[in-house]
Amino acid sequence: MSNELIRLTNLVMEFDSDRILDSINLYIKDKEFLTLLGPSGCGKTTTLRVIGGFLTPTSGDVLFDGKRINDVPAYQRKINTVFQRYALFPHLDVYDNIAFGLRIAKLPEKEIDERVTEMLEIVSLKGFENRKITSLSGGQQQRVAIARALVNRPKVLLLDEPLGALDLRLRKDMQNELKRIQQAMGITFVYVTHDQEEALTMSDTIVVMDKGKIQQIGKPEDIYNEPKNAFVADFIGESNILDGTMLEDYSVKFFGRVFKCVDKGFAKNEPVDVVIRPEDIDIVKPEEGHLCGTVTSVTFKGVHYDTIVDFKGFKWLIQTTDFCPEGSYIGIRLNPEDIHIMHKSEYSGMFGDYSSYSAEYDEIADAEVSEDEE
Amino acid sequence: MKSRFLSGPYVLWMVLFTLIPLGVVFYYAFTDSVTGAFTLANLGSMVNYWPIFLRSIWLSIFATVICLIIGYPVAYFIAHCKPTTQRLLQMLVMLPMCMSFLLRTLAWVALLEDTGIINNVVMSLGLESLPLIRNNGAVILGMVYNYLPYMILPLYTVLMKIDNRLVEAAQDLGCNSRQIFSKVTLPLSIPGIVSGITMVFVPAVSTFYISQKLGSPDTILIGDVIEMQFKSAYNPNLGAALSLVLMVLIFICVGIMNRFSDEDEEGMVTV
Repeated sequence: MSNELIRLTNLVMEFDSDRILDSINLYIKDKEFLTLLGPSGCGKTTTLRVIGGFLTPTSGDVLFDGKRINDVPAYQRKINTVFQRYALFPHLDVYDNIAFGLRIAKLPEKEIDERVTEMLEIVSLKGFENRKITSLSGGQQQRVAIARALVNRPKVLLLDEPLGALDLRLRKDMQNELKRIQQAMGITFVYVTHDQEEALTMSDTIVVMDKGKIQQIGKPEDIYNEPKNAFVADFIGESNILDGTMLEDYSVKFFGRVFKCVDKGFAKNEPVDVVIRPEDIDIVKPEEGHLCGTVTSVTFKGVHYDTIVDFKGFKWLIQTTDFCPEGSYIGIRLNPEDIHIMHKSEYSGMFGDYSSYSAEYDEIADAEVSEDEE
Repeated sequence: MKSRFLSGPYVLWMVLFTLIPLGVVFYYAFTDSVTGAFTLANLGSMVNYWPIFLRSIWLSIFATVICLIIGYPVAYFIAHCKPTTQRLLQMLVMLPMCMSFLLRTLAWVALLEDTGIINNVVMSLGLESLPLIRNNGAVILGMVYNYLPYMILPLYTVLMKIDNRLVEAAQDLGCNSRQIFSKVTLPLSIPGIVSGITMVFVPAVSTFYISQKLGSPDTILIGDVIEMQFKSAYNPNLGAALSLVLMVLIFICVGIMNRFSDEDEEGMVTV
């Protein structure tokens, strides 16, 4: 499980002196499900294309199984790709699309037939052999694309926003399906997405990227619970990010009040970013609260209410199942483990303030990133 | 269904200038030139013209194939240039089309004649003049020159539209550049090949001016014979019959060709 399969060292990619990737260092383990996560233009697709062999890095190395493969063309790599919007061959039917790679490899027709049939079963498309690509739904095309790549039994499968064009329900189903296929076949998946929920659900490892740099690498839980900077905290889930001062280990001061926390190892009186997840905040009576504020807006979200509370002019997002009407005065309590401390970074002050909160934050964020990259 | 009326002007045009004349052609083809009585004699006399029909078809096929061989690589090249270069090259391809067809053909006469520009150069080098004109080769040359743009443009349009991700997908699945071409680019460009062939073959097979200027009396084409029936032999009934047969032959050729492309053309809309 833990053998290293792919390594990127000091990878730099420039287009017309635009730096798209800035010294990417990353290793990918065998049989791992690794997700490159970030907003549009962060360089995640470029990274994938470098691994796939469609781009040659400006500098730095791509190693596969310990060998440098910078100059190995795509068609000689033991890597297959599921392209954004699938790129299926419109002149071939389902069967011939899936058999394409095997025919190029000149396998005996009998083995091709066995493998294609097996693959059709895995992606639940039995009986679709002779259907035209154009007659398939988005989800079916998606599965053909996955089958076409996997039938070659690659060491690594690269997936470039493969579920982006599907509706929510289908996307959820395919997420489970992909995870199941990955585990069943024991293939390394490198998955590109801008959907943080998708990344958290499916991945063994998440690589958060922005502006051509890796911001954080870690397990989904670590990325969520211990974000490294304000960008990661904001991009993965919702966060209230406040200015604070680390007084000493396990003690942080913000909003003029000292809180116990579980972080240590900061300099004395170091200015820090304090992250508080909206779902970790307990609402209590004003007299019992650490902080008190006025509810300025409430939005029903299904499982919870998005409640915006004004604390001395700084607005927080609280996700709670308790309904607090607009205008009510409430208190909140923070447990030490609800408070996460981060070093200041270039992203400090850019995120985590809900003063301009809009109930559609999810949709707006999605619309922004769903546009094409590159 | 208001949109139906929008096609009104064209329908009227078609009826007045295509369907009715076609009816007239039918009528003439099946009637006697003198008495005006019904007869199959006009069609029966087609037998005498088979060699000319065959020559027309043969020369046109030849010219079409040459157009394809020259046109495909050019179209492929243009389709892979930068967009600004593409526009320039596309304009260059179309440039000869802006010049009158007659003038272009006459220019070739001036070039190829026994005392023409090329032979003048040849003779000034002390060599004997070359038989460049009044043969099948000259006719084919004229056809290729005049109809080449009609081959390049549809090919270019189709090649340009092929999604580059399909090329990458083929690469990803193990294709080297030769295999990419044979397995993906070529099959996907079949609709362009078919329309290119149609657009060259159909006018070439019915042309008369090119063969009159560049050919010899031995190399007259079916277009010449038809023209003659109307302008010098004064037998419009035979001319109509010849046109009718030519039309049927063209329909058959185009029909066969479309067979090839039908499936693929549908596929082009996807991606």
